[in-house]
Amino acid sequence: MSPKEELAVIGKPLPKVDAWEKVAGDTRFADDLFLPRMAYAKILRSCHPHALIKRIETSRARALPGVYAVITGADFPPVKFGIMPTSQDEEVLCTEKVRFVGDPVAAVAAVDEETAERATELIDVEYEVLPTIMSIEQALAQEKVRIHEYGDGPNIHKAVSLEFGDVEEAFRQAHLVREDVFYFEGNTHLPMEQHAAVARWGPDGKLTLWSSTQTPHYVHRAMAKVLGLPMSHVRVIATPNGGGFGGKSDPFSHEMVVARFAQLTGRPVKCTLTREEVFYCHRGRHPVLMWVKTGVTKTGEILGMHFRSWLDGGAYGSYGVASTYYTGVLQTSTYKVPVYKFEGMRVFTNKPPCGPKRGHGTPQPRYALECHLDKIAADLGLDPVELRRRQLVDEFSMTANHLTITTCGLGECIDKVVEASGWRDKFRKLPPGRGVGFAASAYITGAGLPIYWNKMPHSGVIVKIDRGGGVTVFCGSTDIGQGSDSVLAYVVAEVLGIAPEDIRVVTGDTDLTPVDLGSYSSRVTIMTGNAAKEAAEKLQGLLFDAAAKKLDVPPSALEARARRIFVRDDPDKGMSFPDAAQLAEAAYGTLAAAGSYTPPMRGGKFKGSGVGPTPAYSYSACVVEVAVDPETGEVRPVEIWIAHDVGRAINPLLVEGQVEGSIYMGLGEALMEEQVFRKGLHKIPSMLEYKSPTTLETPEIRTVLVETLDPEGPFGAKESGQGPLLPVIPAIANAVYDAVGVRVDEVPITPEKVLKGLDLRAQGKEPRVGPERVPAARFPEPIRVPLPGEDSTLEAQATIYRRAIHRREGPRS
Amino acid sequence: MATRIPMSFTINGDRYEMELPPQRTLLELLRDELGLTGTKESCGAGICGACTVLVDGQPVSSCIKMAFQVKGREITTIEGLAPGGQLDPLQEAFVRHGAIQCGYCTPGMIIIAKGLLLQNPYPSEEEIYEAVGSNICRCTGYVKIVEAVRAVARGER
Repeated sequence: MSPKEELAVIGKPLPKVDAWEKVAGDTRFADDLFLPRMAYAKILRSCHPHALIKRIETSRARALPGVYAVITGADFPPVKFGIMPTSQDEEVLCTEKVRFVGDPVAAVAAVDEETAERATELIDVEYEVLPTIMSIEQALAQEKVRIHEYGDGPNIHKAVSLEFGDVEEAFRQAHLVREDVFYFEGNTHLPMEQHAAVARWGPDGKLTLWSSTQTPHYVHRAMAKVLGLPMSHVRVIATPNGGGFGGKSDPFSHEMVVARFAQLTGRPVKCTLTREEVFYCHRGRHPVLMWVKTGVTKTGEILGMHFRSWLDGGAYGSYGVASTYYTGVLQTSTYKVPVYKFEGMRVFTNKPPCGPKRGHGTPQPRYALECHLDKIAADLGLDPVELRRRQLVDEFSMTANHLTITTCGLGECIDKVVEASGWRDKFRKLPPGRGVGFAASAYITGAGLPIYWNKMPHSGVIVKIDRGGGVTVFCGSTDIGQGSDSVLAYVVAEVLGIAPEDIRVVTGDTDLTPVDLGSYSSRVTIMTGNAAKEAAEKLQGLLFDAAAKKLDVPPSALEARARRIFVRDDPDKGMSFPDAAQLAEAAYGTLAAAGSYTPPMRGGKFKGSGVGPTPAYSYSACVVEVAVDPETGEVRPVEIWIAHDVGRAINPLLVEGQVEGSIYMGLGEALMEEQVFRKGLHKIPSMLEYKSPTTLETPEIRTVLVETLDPEGPFGAKESGQGPLLPVIPAIANAVYDAVGVRVDEVPITPEKVLKGLDLRAQGKEPRVGPERVPAARFPEPIRVPLPGEDSTLEAQATIYRRAIHRREGPRS
Repeated sequence: MATRIPMSFTINGDRYEMELPPQRTLLELLRDELGLTGTKESCGAGICGACTVLVDGQPVSSCIKMAFQVKGREITTIEGLAPGGQLDPLQEAFVRHGAIQCGYCTPGMIIIAKGLLLQNPYPSEEEIYEAVGSNICRCTGYVKIVEAVRAVARGER
């Protein structure tokens, strides 16, 4: 690993490569595309949460002047789609049944949006209304009402059970065994940009789709499947994405609708969802009911843990199988949990489908676990930070559920926030109504496995050098605001010794760019970064070889920096980058190189082991100080301190932005954001009523970045876009307890719940607000997995080191 | 569809005379008729500020403002802040301070800040929070947006 000071670009607070276009209003988002002769599409959506479609009559809509075409499900091949191979349960337009208010039923293409909208109102749909299921309890109780015919039981999409070691035996050994129940209400991404898509059907019989998607590759696959076209005739271009947070990671109905309309009308067709429709597309945070039981020693060391989760999945599968596993898998990657049992279940309900939102399935259990540990610390009379600090996972170790830990900077993160926040002078010492809370977390840096099984790379990059020294980087990744285009430029600039502004980045275009699986699971920096580094290093090799011949020195004597290639020990001896490029092209032909990245194959050999493994885990620790108003129950965060182990900050300015944004999103989820329903209807599908924090609700945020230089990451980088959200919510809940002695075991922590807790306390009752019980356990027999032995831990370490050496980078000393 | 009202505007210094239906919003006029797509629609209800433009120097939510309500007035959009490609100090500050992530709220944020600084070149910390607080950003947590506005208000160029 090169020492930090040797790097010219990496680690510098540079502007994003797309920043100038964005401040000038020049960035073309999907809805900003206007093509000649373009038609506009609108989708008619179900007004019932659960109903059979008896008849759809479109003749009145077709007759409206200005309408080009009206389609229903009958206009598509009878093929279902969905993001996970095991949950292909969505139709572009429902043919037999609708499963939530907002399910797409028919669509209109017209001369303008107004006409299309008016025409949708002229479509007559006859429904036979079915009983509805709106909660986990109802889904499990009403076995006769079936939302889908597939799954692991009546209305059960997925049920899993895994046991690593004998958890009951661990409880028998424990000094204290504590059980708690928590509920995390669902909430949504609320990206500023509504989803939009434009399709063009060419005279050559080829389709082009521009879409505000985070996963153009998966959309590419789904489009070809649903439209019955070869993938080679479908081009998907991910437009700059106006916020995703996971909400634009599924293939969506409107994308297929515009494509079909383009085929039918011969015109380009655009569909921009209304804000209300964005709430229906959803794929947001699952509501999760959780039960956790932990046995600890007298000094608080965890001996064993048993965790159960029930996820309210909404009407379709989406990423739900992965979400289910994610509610269980990362309990072991923060603190040592030597014995662990997890049971999880996702049910279908008649609500918009849930899916991946920032943190994907892990913020809910992290909230439960960190509050649970806070209670255990209180039971034992221990400082909650100390309780955690002494049982952090070891670096280069393996967890009970066979996850491989590489670097872990959590100890340093904890020390930094404890110091910065003045924790020791504040915890249990602030005046009534003021309190501090602590929590910590771990998160994956990219999923170890792809969504559909294959042995191909997860990310590919092509770098091309022009004769003038200009460099173009091609990659299928999608910039959703996190700065992935910039990361590509920084990595290539660093290796080739040029400036990021010398580089043009072409991303997210299935015709032009090699596959990258998409902007999800915090995978982009590590995977595209490693692929870009490999491609750039190949070119660096050619440039050095050509320059070395000219300069009559060995290539190893050369260095690339400041747009020059020169002899390291005699910097005046060298040449400009364009000159080196021309020499190399003359010697070796066109200068282009590809790099690709496949994550290490890790994880145990058992069913369900595919979720959780990752090249590296990021770590975060957080302290929040709150002020709670005993009159109104309002919780006001005063200040938030966070330290995040990002491995290496490729650009500290961008990493800080990811951390701050994660905190902001966690704050909204902790205190105000919730997706709630009444009589099958979304109660608040608008930005006015769905509350989200503004500057006035956002406290001072103090961010510290910790660098552990992970051997798996490009230049040592791990993730920063999701992990820092995790500790924020439990830290707030724990701070509320410190402030007013009330345990709110249900997110969001609204004033009503705080007041209810204060009332209970005043009545001398247990000051706790939250779920009282969980459904009877109906989990399958657990798969019993042996704990990894000492051997496998050592083997894991050896693998990591071998890979590190392969990359010519050692772990930090 | 039938009724159209004649009206004129000055937009980013250019004068426009046109006939528009009465239900045409200022946002639709800018985006759909004039191709000024820098101004964004997000909530469609005058809440989030993504569609903010200046009307005679005052910030206005263009998604709930009818075009005829601003006839004869002077309108500035994000495209009008950088005539001839010379970025406004606010735009420069947003770039430098990393105040942009997805960029969808950015034009509205810069315009609301411009409106603030036009009326009040030396705003207090609270006045900055108050002004930026009328717009929503889902990416940044506002930290770097406030930093960028503060930097310009304190004279950084």
